[in-house]
Amino acid sequence: MDFTLPEEVEMVRRMVRDFVKDRLQPLADQVEEEDKIPDDVLQEMKELGFFGLPFPEEYGGVGVGELGYVVALEALGGANSAYGNLIGAHTGIATMSIYLGGTEEQKRKYLPELCSGEKIAAFALTEPNAGSDAAAIETTAVRKGDKYILNGNKIWITNGDIADVVIVYAVTDKSLGARGGVTAFIVEKGFPGFSVGKIDEKMGLRGSHTAELIFEDCEVPAENVLGEVGMGFLIAMKALDVGRIGLAGGAVGGAQWLLEQCIEWANQRVQFGKPIAHQQAIQWMLADMATEIHAARLMTYHAAWKLDQGQRVSREAAMVKLFASEMANRVADMAVQIHGGIGYMKEHFIERAYRDTRILRIYEGTSEIQRLVIARDLLKAGK
Amino acid sequence: MEIVVCVKQVPDTETRIKIDPAGKGIVREGIEYVVNPYDEFAIEEALVLKEKHGGKVTVITAGPDRAVDALRTALAMGADEAIHIQASQEDAVDSIGAAEVMARALKEIPFDIILCGKQAVDDDNAAFAPALAEFLGLPHVTVVTGLEVDPEAGEAQVVREIEGAQEHITTSLPAVIAAQKGLNEPRYPALRGIMQAKRKKIPVSTLADLGLEGETLPARTEVLSMMPPPPREGGEKYEGEPEETVARLIKALQAEKLV
Repeated sequence: MDFTLPEEVEMVRRMVRDFVKDRLQPLADQVEEEDKIPDDVLQEMKELGFFGLPFPEEYGGVGVGELGYVVALEALGGANSAYGNLIGAHTGIATMSIYLGGTEEQKRKYLPELCSGEKIAAFALTEPNAGSDAAAIETTAVRKGDKYILNGNKIWITNGDIADVVIVYAVTDKSLGARGGVTAFIVEKGFPGFSVGKIDEKMGLRGSHTAELIFEDCEVPAENVLGEVGMGFLIAMKALDVGRIGLAGGAVGGAQWLLEQCIEWANQRVQFGKPIAHQQAIQWMLADMATEIHAARLMTYHAAWKLDQGQRVSREAAMVKLFASEMANRVADMAVQIHGGIGYMKEHFIERAYRDTRILRIYEGTSEIQRLVIARDLLKAGK
Repeated sequence: MEIVVCVKQVPDTETRIKIDPAGKGIVREGIEYVVNPYDEFAIEEALVLKEKHGGKVTVITAGPDRAVDALRTALAMGADEAIHIQASQEDAVDSIGAAEVMARALKEIPFDIILCGKQAVDDDNAAFAPALAEFLGLPHVTVVTGLEVDPEAGEAQVVREIEGAQEHITTSLPAVIAAQKGLNEPRYPALRGIMQAKRKKIPVSTLADLGLEGETLPARTEVLSMMPPPPREGGEKYEGEPEETVARLIKALQAEKLV
C-alpha cells in the first residue's frame, strides 16, 4: 500500500495552491461583494485547464483522473466557494453526464469545448416537486419527427445563468417510471423555447449562481438524446456518484483552510494574558478538526482512486459525500467558535465560510439521501 | 534560438527552516521543494524569447532525484526539453562547483543564450551566473530587469538594477543573463501541460559522464556550522514627558545615522 500521490497529481496540487494564493485570495472580498467571479480570472482558469481536469486528453481534458480532479478541488479550498462550485457543477456532474452517458459522436462533439471551458455546462435535474425524490420529475419530452419537444421548469440549477450546454432530464414515458421513462437531453443555449428564469438569492456561495431554467415547447434535435432514450435516470445517478467525490474534495479543502486560519488566530489572539492556543478547550477543537479532516481526506482519495481503477463506487461516493460535508460543517462551526465574536461579523471571512459550508449537506443529494444510498447498498450486499 | 535555462530546486519559501542536530545543515524531512523563484523569471523570459524569436527552450539542473520535479514544472510551463545532472547537493552551498558542473554539461549542447535566476533563495550566494560565465568564457549580466534580444545581430540589450538607478548594457551573445524580480510575471504551469510534461523523457547524466569524480557537486568551500539568526531583542522604551523622550529618540536616531 502506497499513499504517495502520483507526481502529476502533486504538481496539480502545487499549481492550484499557488494560483489560489496569488490570484484568487486577493479577490476574495470583491467576489463576495460583487457576487461575481471577474471575467479575466475565469478566462485565465479556462486557459490553464481548470475545466477539464478528470477527462482523457483525447477529448481535450487534462487527463489527471478523478484523483487529480479531487486534489485540485481540495487545493481550491482556500478560495471563495464560487470557484469550486462553478467548476464542480460544470465538470463533476454536467460534463461528466456526457462523458459517462454520451455516444462517441456526442463526446467528440461536446467534450473538447467543455473541457477547455470555452463552453460552460449545467446539470438540470431538480424541479419544484422533485428534489431528493429525483424520480418525481415532471418535465416532459415528446417526440415530434426528428425532434423532441420539452416542457417544464428546472430550479436552482448551478451555472444556469451562464451555461452554453445544459443536461436536461425529462420524462419520455411516464408508464415506465424513472428507470426507463426518463431521458437526458443535451440542450444548447439558443435552442428555441429554452430560456433562463430568475437568478436565486442564496445564503452563500456568492459568485456562483443558480437559476431557474424554463422549457416552453423547447425543440431539441433527436440526435441530442444523451446516450439512449430511457437511460436518463441511470446517467444522472452515475454522474452524481462521481460528482459526490469531487464535492467531498472541495469540502476537505475548505475545512483544511479553516483549520489553518484557526491555528493562526489561536496563536495571535490573547485572552487572560496568553494566546488562546494555550487553552486546552481551543486545542481540543483544533485536534478534532484536524482528525476529522484527515479521515475525510483519506476516504475521498480512496474513493477517487477506486473510481480511477474502474471500480464501482456508489457506496463509497455516498459515504465520502456524507462524511466530508458533515465534517466541513462541524469544522466551520468550531472555526466560528474559536474566532468568537469576530467570526460572526460580516467583515470576516469566517462568517462567509460558515454560510458557504451549509449547502454541502444539501446539494447533490442531502445527507439523508446519502444514508439511504449507503443503507440500500448494505442491505443488498449483506455486508 | 537555442535558449538554455539553468534552474535549482530549493525549499519552498514558506518552509520553517530548522537546523539539524549536527549543526551543519537543515532538517530535510517534511520540506517541500519548489523551483527557485528567481529561476522562474528566467524560465518565463526564455519562453517569451521563444515565442518572439522561435527556437527551443532547454532547462537543466544539477541535483538529487527530487530535482526532476523542478524540471517537470518548467516543462509544464512550456519548456521543450530538460536535462538532469544527477548529483547530491544536500546542503552544498558551493555555487562555483555547481557552475563548473553546469559548464561541462553545456559544452555538449548548443545555446545562443543562457538564463538563470540572480540567486537561489536557499543559500543566497548569487555567485552561480558569473561563475558559469567564467567557466564558459562568456559575458554575463546579473540582476536583470529588462531584456531585448536581436538574434540576427547576435546582441542583447539588457537592463540591470543598480543602487538607485538602472544600467543599460549591450552584450554580445551567447551570454549568461541572471534574472531579477520585475523582469516579467512568470506564468503558471498549465494543468494541461502537466501530463505532457510527465510523458517527456528527461535524459540523466552523472558527474562521471561529465568527467568529474564523486557523487556530490565539486566544492571549494566547506560548511563549518550553521545556526539560526539570533532572536530579535525587545525594543527600547522611552518613558517620561514628550519634551524629554522625543529629544532622546532624535539623539538615538542620529547615533544610528538614520536622520
